Amino acid sequence: MSQPKPRLERIWPLLPGLAALLVTTLLLLAMGTSPIDAYSAMWQGAFGTSARVYSVLAFLVPLLLAASGLLLTFKAGLWNIGIEGQIIMGAVAASWVALRVQLPAGLQIPLELLAAMAGGALWAALAGILKTRGGVHEIFGGLALNNLAILFTNYLIAGPWQPPEGGSFRGTQPFGAHALLPLFENSRLSLLSLALAVVAFAGVALVLTNSHWGLRLKALGQNARSAFLLGVSSNREMLLAMAVCGALAGLGGGVRVLSWFDSLRQSISGGIGYLALMVVLLAGFRLVLTPLVAFFFSAVLNGSITLQLRTQLHSALGDILTGVLVLLVLLFGNYERVRRAFRRRRSQADG
Amino acid sequence: MDSTQLIAIFGSILLQSAPLIIAVCGETISERAGIINLSLDGSLLLSALAGFAAALLTGSLLLGFLAAAAVGAIFALIVAFGSLHLRQNQVAIGFVLAMLGDSLSAFLGQNYTRLPGPSVPAWHIPVLKDVPVLGPILFRQDAVVYFALLLVAATWWFLFRTRAGLELRSAGERPEAAFTRGVAVRKLRYIYAVLGGALVGIAGAAYSLDVKIGWAEGHTRGMGWIALAIVIFGGWSPLRGALGAVLFGATKALATVLQRSFPQVALVAFNAVPWLLMILVLVLVSGRLAAPLLAQAPAALRRPLRGLLQAAPPAALGQPLDDN
Repeated sequence: MSQPKPRLERIWPLLPGLAALLVTTLLLLAMGTSPIDAYSAMWQGAFGTSARVYSVLAFLVPLLLAASGLLLTFKAGLWNIGIEGQIIMGAVAASWVALRVQLPAGLQIPLELLAAMAGGALWAALAGILKTRGGVHEIFGGLALNNLAILFTNYLIAGPWQPPEGGSFRGTQPFGAHALLPLFENSRLSLLSLALAVVAFAGVALVLTNSHWGLRLKALGQNARSAFLLGVSSNREMLLAMAVCGALAGLGGGVRVLSWFDSLRQSISGGIGYLALMVVLLAGFRLVLTPLVAFFFSAVLNGSITLQLRTQLHSALGDILTGVLVLLVLLFGNYERVRRAFRRRRSQADG
Repeated sequence: MDSTQLIAIFGSILLQSAPLIIAVCGETISERAGIINLSLDGSLLLSALAGFAAALLTGSLLLGFLAAAAVGAIFALIVAFGSLHLRQNQVAIGFVLAMLGDSLSAFLGQNYTRLPGPSVPAWHIPVLKDVPVLGPILFRQDAVVYFALLLVAATWWFLFRTRAGLELRSAGERPEAAFTRGVAVRKLRYIYAVLGGALVGIAGAAYSLDVKIGWAEGHTRGMGWIALAIVIFGGWSPLRGALGAVLFGATKALATVLQRSFPQVALVAFNAVPWLLMILVLVLVSGRLAAPLLAQAPAALRRPLRGLLQAAPPAALGQPLDDN
C-alpha cells in the first residue's frame, strides 16, 4: 500500500458523517421507506417552519446547559453519567416550588430556577461524595442515582403530587400560569432560558480558558496524583466541579418543566443527559464545537420526531444517526492516529 | 410457606439469575485481560433482539443464540479495536456503544414487539432431578441454566488453574512484563474481549428466548449496568460474580414477595432496591467502609473476611498498550 495521499486527509473529517448517513439510509431501505422522503421529513421537522426552529432551540436549552456542565467535569477527569438524574432532580425541585410556593411575580420564577439548580447540584454532590468518600466510581454511582431519580419522579406523580382528579400516571397537574416561563410566540421556547444557557456556556468557557480554577481542574483531570502533590485538593475540586455541573443540568431540568412542558412528567428528561455526554464526546471536549454539535443534535432529534409522526418509523433513527457519527469520530476522527495504527500493523506483518 | 414453595422460589431465582451469571462471566474474562467493555447494556439489548428475531425467523433456537453471540462479539471487537489499534478511550467507546445498541434495538425491534416466539424447553436431568432439595433447584431447569453453572466453573478453572488463564491475567495485570516474557498481549486481549462479548450476547438471547421471553423496547434495559457493577462486586472472580448475580436475583424475588405482603408500601420502594443495593455493595467492596469494619473483627477472621469483601481491579484494566 502506498502512503495515504494528502487529498484523503482533507476529506477525512467528512467521512464519519457520510458513513453515518449510509448506515441510516440502509436501515431506512431495509424498513421499506424511501430515504429521500425520510430525510426530507426530518429536515421539515427541524427547519420547515419558524415554529419548528423555535422548537429546536427550546430543546437545545437544557442540552446546552448540561453539555456546558459536562465540559467542567470532563476537564476534571470525571465521567458524570449521573447528569441525567441531575436534570431530573432539577425538574423535581422546580416543580416543588411551582406547586407549593406562591410568591410575587418577580420572585416566583427566579426562585423556581434557583431551586432547580440546587436540586441538580445536590444530586451531583451525592454522586461526588459517593466517589470521594465511598470509593464508588462516578459511572456506577451516577447510574444508580439516575434510576433512583426516575423512580422518585414516578412516585411523586402517582402519589403526593398526583392531580386532584387522581389516577394519572403521566404527570402532575399543570402549574399555574404565574409559575411558568413566558413563551416566545406560542412556541415551547423561553427566550429567558435561551439567554441563561448562552450565559452559562460563556461562563464555563471563561472558567476553562481564563481562571485559576480551570487550571486546577485541568491538572486534576490530567494527573490526579501530581495535582495532589502540587497542592490541589482533589476531593474538593472534584466535588465542586460535580456540583456546578449538577446546578447547570438542574437548571436545564427546571426549564423542561417550566417551558417545554407545564408540569412534572414521567420522562421529564428523556435521555437529554446521555445526549449531552454524546455531544461533548463528538465535540472532542472543544469549547467552540460544543454549542454547534448541541444544535445539530437538537435538530436531528426534533426532525426524527416528525419522521415518526409521518412514517410510523421509530424516532430512534435520529439517535442511531448521531450515535454512529459519535462512534466513528471517536474511533477514526484523528487522521494521524489512524494512519499510524495501520502503518504499525503493516510493519508488524512485514517483520 | 412450606418447603416445596421455598424450593420452587430458589429454582426460579436461579433461572432468573442465569443470564446475569453468563454476562458477568463474559465481562469478567474481558476485564481480567485488561479490556473494559462498557457497552454491556446496549449489547445485551441488541443481542436479545437479534436472538429472538433470528430464532423466530429460522425456527432454530441454536441460530438465535449464535446470532446473539455474534452481536455481542462485534460490540466487543469494536471496543478492543478502538483501544488496541487506535488507542482510544475504552470507556468512551463502550459508553457510545451502550447508547447505540439501545437505539438500534428500539428501531430494529419495532416490528418484533410482543410477538409470540420460540423458547428454550425445560430439560430435567435424569436421576439427578430426584435428589432431594438440590434436584428440583439445580436439575429441573433448562439448558441455559446448566450452561450458566458450567460456565462459572469452567471460567474459574480456566482463569486460575491453567497456564492459558495465567497468561490471560498477566495481560490484564502486567502487560509489559507479560510481553517481555513472550505473551502476545495484544492478541490475547482481542481473543478474550471478543469471547467475553460473545458470552454477553448469549446472555442477551438467554433473556429473550428463556427468562423473559419475547421482545419489547427496552426489554433488558438496566441489566447491563447491573452486570458491570456485579463484576466489581465479584472482585473479578467468576465464583463471587455468580454469587453476586444470584444474590441480586434473590433480592429482587424477595422484594416481589414483600410487595405482595405489604401492598400499602409504594411499588417504587421495591423498584429502588436493585439500585440502592448497587450503591451499597460498591461502597462495601471499595474498602472505604470495609476497612473500619474489618478492624472491629476478631483477628483470626480478618484475613478471610478481607478476601471476601475487598478486591482490586486488574492493574492494567482500561490502559492502552505500549508494545512498540
